Amino acid sequence: MSLETLIDLHTKNGNDEPVKYTGKDFSSDQDVRWCPGCGDYTILKQVQNTMPDIGVDKKDIVFISGIGCAARFPYYMDTFGMHSIHGRAPAIATGLKVSRPELSVWIITGDGDSLSIGANHFVQLLRRNVNVNLLLFNNQIYGLTKGQYSPTAPEGSVSKSTPYGSIDHPFNPLALSLGADGTFIARAMDRDPRHLQQMLLRTNQHKGTSMLEIYQNCIVFNDGAFELFTDKKSRPREAIYLEDGKPLIFGKNKDKGIRLDGLQPKVVSLTDGTYSKDDLWIHDEKDGTKAHLLSRFFDQHNPADEFRMPRPFGVLYAVDRPCYDEGVNSQVEEVLERKGVGDLDELLRGPETWVVE
Amino acid sequence: MDVKDLVRDEVTIRFAGDSGDGMQLTGSLFTNTTALEGNDLRTLPEFPAEIRAPAGTVPGVSSFQLNFGSIEIMTPGDACDVLVVMNSAALKANLSMLKPGGVIIANTSGFDKRNLNLAKYGEGKNPLDDGSLSKYTLLEVDVSKLTKESLSDSGLGYKDVERAKNMFVLGLLYWMYNRPLESTIKFLEKKFGKKPEIAAANIKVLKDGYHFGETAEIFSEKYTVKKAVIGPGEYRSITGNKATVLGLVAATRQSNLPLFFGSYPITPASDILHELSRLKNYGVYTFQAEDEIAAVSSAIGASFGGSLGITSSSGPGIALKGEAIGLAVMLELPLVVLNIQRAGPSTGMPTKTEQSDLLQAMYGRNGESPMVIVAPATPADCFDAAFEACRISLEHMVPVFFLSDGYLANGSEPWKFPKAKDLKKVNVKFEPPRFGESNGDQFLPYLRDERLVRSWAIPGTEGIEHRLGGLEKEENSGNVSYNPENHQKMTNLRQAKVDKIADFIPLQSVDSGNEKGDVLVLGWGSTYGSIRTAARELREEGIDISHAHIKYLNPFPKNLGELIENFNHILVPEMNSGQLVKMIRDKYFVDAVGINKVKGRPFFVDELKRQIKDALASNS
Repeated sequence: MSLETLIDLHTKNGNDEPVKYTGKDFSSDQDVRWCPGCGDYTILKQVQNTMPDIGVDKKDIVFISGIGCAARFPYYMDTFGMHSIHGRAPAIATGLKVSRPELSVWIITGDGDSLSIGANHFVQLLRRNVNVNLLLFNNQIYGLTKGQYSPTAPEGSVSKSTPYGSIDHPFNPLALSLGADGTFIARAMDRDPRHLQQMLLRTNQHKGTSMLEIYQNCIVFNDGAFELFTDKKSRPREAIYLEDGKPLIFGKNKDKGIRLDGLQPKVVSLTDGTYSKDDLWIHDEKDGTKAHLLSRFFDQHNPADEFRMPRPFGVLYAVDRPCYDEGVNSQVEEVLERKGVGDLDELLRGPETWVVE
Repeated sequence: MDVKDLVRDEVTIRFAGDSGDGMQLTGSLFTNTTALEGNDLRTLPEFPAEIRAPAGTVPGVSSFQLNFGSIEIMTPGDACDVLVVMNSAALKANLSMLKPGGVIIANTSGFDKRNLNLAKYGEGKNPLDDGSLSKYTLLEVDVSKLTKESLSDSGLGYKDVERAKNMFVLGLLYWMYNRPLESTIKFLEKKFGKKPEIAAANIKVLKDGYHFGETAEIFSEKYTVKKAVIGPGEYRSITGNKATVLGLVAATRQSNLPLFFGSYPITPASDILHELSRLKNYGVYTFQAEDEIAAVSSAIGASFGGSLGITSSSGPGIALKGEAIGLAVMLELPLVVLNIQRAGPSTGMPTKTEQSDLLQAMYGRNGESPMVIVAPATPADCFDAAFEACRISLEHMVPVFFLSDGYLANGSEPWKFPKAKDLKKVNVKFEPPRFGESNGDQFLPYLRDERLVRSWAIPGTEGIEHRLGGLEKEENSGNVSYNPENHQKMTNLRQAKVDKIADFIPLQSVDSGNEKGDVLVLGWGSTYGSIRTAARELREEGIDISHAHIKYLNPFPKNLGELIENFNHILVPEMNSGQLVKMIRDKYFVDAVGINKVKGRPFFVDELKRQIKDALASNS
């Protein structure tokens, strides 16, 4: 039994035939106004290019953002969208998704938006596992307010509000997400569009809160923050791309690997004859313990350390867990099934009445 | 001893005891029975903020006052005729609420050395035997002992026996006021359905309390309160918070929309969340959010999707919601914000009532962000006010404040409930889809109709994909705009849209007294009963006084200015330091005078009468 509301009646007469889109169909008529060279441009492009492949009608896609440079994103997408208030996009998205579970809901947020002012909503979203996609644009700086350090800025960061260097310990967004029992945790970067697109597709495919952190370069206030990982020269040594079921290999000539010694990850050489790729840690997206270890590959760069860990990119963790929005709706359905559609007169009447003649 | 049966028009009983003594339940059960007997009534529960303050101490006292009668009853009564006290602390906390010559029914086992010490009566002092209560009629009953005796064969443990003693008191009061036991017995059987031995024990104690009245020969009088002369029809008893819930559900059923309720627990609003969460089969979705901000934000998200988003709180929580409410003003989406006011500022007195958030509702957001404000006058009126808040929000695409308070929330009265078929229709239409390129113009999300209302364009509708946001909107297109002329225009439009709602609400009427005359008492919210009663009594004393009660506080009804002009004196009693009076003076340039009280308690009728007289004396 179900209650056919005005929304059901309204959305029923839609076009059911799948529409073929191109990336251009998702571009709105608004001029994009980020700084020239901002990492946001490539992310926007990859999202627009990915949308035709997710198999969802444009009318059923909603982008919700908070405040910050990245938060302008919805204006540039020709879908439904809301540019809301600082840090609250996860809460708004939760209300929308619970009441309209058939929609494809995307949250666009930044490190200040999600890990500072909205950190509470961010972790609550992850623990509830609301079936939405969250793209966390991490640039380690407050851009829109013109250059203060952010909650992901490394200790010692010099910014407008930290002229003598930040003494604040930064968040590790992936470790935080795992700690909040997130069910899909991944990392990508603006400078590797192909990988970013793959990650966007995976983000969309996962049922539950999909948290994709995207390293994004702020060309004006924090240029080169992720250069180590994005620069083609240093990337092979400093970044490792995770693939489910594959050994952890990196290095310019795929000459390094990571093996597990008990619970201790170790960088090993694959060329000196001691270890082969059969000895390496095999990535398993469903292994929470290993995901925790991977999320901890987060030390500040020390070029002198020959055995330093590379920064992982790709899907660290992806598991299934019941989604909050689905739970709410099935509970409503269950009660409707058991009690039938509520009768308003019965409710108004209440349990006990008396009659005055 | 002969027991005299006297007839009374009106009686006020106050039940007081330790938080663990079950006084709220005792009061509620007496209320239900009394309502079923056809009396008019009002109640005032008062309980400590602490869940279990130290037993036996004054801060741990919980009380429940009930005023019922065969005449019109509009307040829970200033002072009580009968004060039931389960322990020494209850007497200490409540004696000032008893009329001179009133009756005290005291549970003597609550006046042992330990209890007297906990209540801090002082070494060796016992008010029951030191003559300090000589101006009252003191009836001493060892309720604890009698309950124990009543259940001596039941085999129940100490705790269960101790818990049943409020039923003894209830039975005794039923005897005193000639009330039947059936409704309470039915209640107990249902409540303890799975523990029939507990149900049986409570029923036995209830009956034994009743019989004790008959046989104990300490009571020389009992009382009859005849049925009240109230309009014919079918009635039920209802509290403000329950009526609020029914109003919200009724409005969403009338508009056939899902109700999405995002809330965070706070006193005294939490009951609304509890009640709504049980009504899933009425299309109600409840979300207990992580905080007040997420609560209101989730409601906004749901409204964007086409549900009616509602959030509730009390003062401190409303302060937290402010920014998001401003977003709803900008988005021009439906949103109903329930503020069940309590004494402030800051945490204030959570369980005590006040109406000091009117200006917060009016102005408490950044920028110019006008909002509609509706306030209920009585517990049952919460139904109409909540319904109206939803109707206006949906039909005018505007966030609406509903300002109830702790007194209304927990107080109860008989309610001649409406039939669904007699409720107003709530007209909602979503923006229709646009198929194909050729079909007409581009969709303009901020295009307005003649009421200045934009359309509700929900996701899932083909061809009207659009973006909303908190940044200033360009007129019609809704695109981001920093244009100075446009900002002026949009600011004016948002205000004009709210002002225009005055065309769609009822005109202000005079509640009692003449349409034109010397004195007009203007009230809003829960002061209704006290003002109505005070005005009636003052008219009986020969004063030319009228009473009007404002339900629509923003915008005001169109004729309010005219109505005010018909009187020489305008008095505005409020449970704050003067908020409505500011709005009235500001809007109508009239020398309105405030009568103000912030004690966490409603106005007493006598106090209000005195203050009205004083104000008139100093004003003429």
